[in-house]
Amino acid sequence: MGLTARMAACAALIVAAAIVVAEAQAPARFGFGRPATPEEIKARDIDIMPDGTGLPPGRGTVSDGSALYAGKCARCHGPTGREGPNDVLVGREPREGFPFSANPKLRKSIGNYWPYASTVFDYVRRAMPPDAPGSLTDDEVYALVAFLLHQNELIAADAVMDAKTLPQVKMPAERYFVPDPRTVPGAAAKKPQE
Amino acid sequence: MKKVSRRKVLATAAGAVALGPAAAAAAAGQAAPDPTKVRGKPVRPVGQRSPYEKTQRWTRFGTSTGTPHEDLYGIITPSDLHFERHHGGVPDIDPATYTLLIHGMVERPTIFTLADLKRFPSTSRIQFLECSGNLGRTAGPETTPGQLAGLTSCSEWTGVPLATLFREVGASPKATWFLAEGSDAAVMTRSVPVSKAYDDAIIAYGQNGEAIRPEQGYPARLFLPGWEGNASVKWLRRIELSDRPFMTREETSKYTETFMDDTARMFSLVMDARSLITYPTYPKRVERGWIEMHGIAWSGNGRITRVDVSLDGGATWTAATLQDPVLPKAHTRFRHLFNWSGAETVIMSRAVDESGYMQPTRAELLNARGPGTQGYHLNPITGWVIRPDGVVVYKEEPWG
Repeated sequence: MGLTARMAACAALIVAAAIVVAEAQAPARFGFGRPATPEEIKARDIDIMPDGTGLPPGRGTVSDGSALYAGKCARCHGPTGREGPNDVLVGREPREGFPFSANPKLRKSIGNYWPYASTVFDYVRRAMPPDAPGSLTDDEVYALVAFLLHQNELIAADAVMDAKTLPQVKMPAERYFVPDPRTVPGAAAKKPQE
Repeated sequence: MKKVSRRKVLATAAGAVALGPAAAAAAAGQAAPDPTKVRGKPVRPVGQRSPYEKTQRWTRFGTSTGTPHEDLYGIITPSDLHFERHHGGVPDIDPATYTLLIHGMVERPTIFTLADLKRFPSTSRIQFLECSGNLGRTAGPETTPGQLAGLTSCSEWTGVPLATLFREVGASPKATWFLAEGSDAAVMTRSVPVSKAYDDAIIAYGQNGEAIRPEQGYPARLFLPGWEGNASVKWLRRIELSDRPFMTREETSKYTETFMDDTARMFSLVMDARSLITYPTYPKRVERGWIEMHGIAWSGNGRITRVDVSLDGGATWTAATLQDPVLPKAHTRFRHLFNWSGAETVIMSRAVDESGYMQPTRAELLNARGPGTQGYHLNPITGWVIRPDGVVVYKEEPWG
């Protein structure tokens, strides 16, 4: 083997060794990406949790929500929230139990099926109305939530929704929901509460 | 006056000039009488299907499409025939400005560009993606396999393991859930158990060897192998780690199943084992004699271990041949040769996976879920009727 060939073989070995070392010692961190600033997180973090975490300042009344609903929502959800053509939003039937599987005629609504009031705020703010998603102000969302909860007989006509009052609204359906033990650790122990 | 499209006129004119009349005829899908006597077409940078192949997805409400399984072979779904379900349309996202934020219960809240994601060690796996609402419950006899269950597709997905990113940002050991959020007009959100991240979840940017398609979440999506498609959030812009689920609209009011015991099951993310005969099925017509039945089977629990087929409406069953490769959480092709006498025959298939789970009958599902159930996670054994005249139709079984 000539000098050049030997040098080449040597270099190949060194390269091979370097690759093996790199494979064997994947770092705990690669250092890719950059730190997110609190402002960047705040701008994107719009979710609301059942305990109210994430709810913004602001407030809305049932009557304000009624006017907004007529202008921005009734076209798809019906004049009172019961008529469609899109998702039914209002309705408390059945008053007893949770017989959705047994009775194909039952229509799911916020009042009889949604387990958490926080979800109404979260969803309306992020996705409604479909022709102008994300266009509602926080006060407008609070007002629409107030109107929808009132239509479902869950809050009084003079109730005001804000970051304090909204998480206190208990939904009738919550106790019927059971997490799947196959995917949720520890869920098997939980049974529907009466 | 007969309307002639401008595109057609232009195509014909250009073809005539460049290739001569015979070749122009071929370009339009009219074959020359003898292709050995006409010079063929030149190369082109991006290929196309044969003009004779007319396969396409069905489309519904402008928000979903279904894979035409009756037209496909093997286990890979062509990317442009992958099923779709969108909740706010398909956004147009510039990969140069795309970012993914990971924050919440982490030591280092971090923003990753697409280039950052691609720098991490990558992985590629062949796995199915299925919408949990994948059964045409009111299907009549004239239903194709794609119309019945076209909301499942199988691709090779390439991306970075989510576990790698969680280590990179210093995910808290106390975090048990994460929120995945898309940058579509629905700003789609789902809560996912953190354990899935350390199992096999990836952030995918590749599909079948190329960048994922816009309809599949370009430039990057969450991909949760074997779990209901809705949770594999597309156009992923944010992941927030938490010690509780977020209880978004999709995981409470929508993707939940009610049971006859007055409960609703939530976070039922695993797609159970299922099989679908893709031939012989509607709208095909068969002749007496040997027929190779084929179809696909898949399970979110892992590998398919067996597919049984029946030629007598479910009275007796025989194990079909599984076509290699048999991969976990992937479509698996099965086939079974039989000699059809010409008598009316009801063919069926049922899948068994490595957890021992066997695809249920419609009656078993109905007993648990009731006539009022919504259409999520319904994977009943289904069948097809070969009529004496050779016409094959779906074995109609109304729900409830």
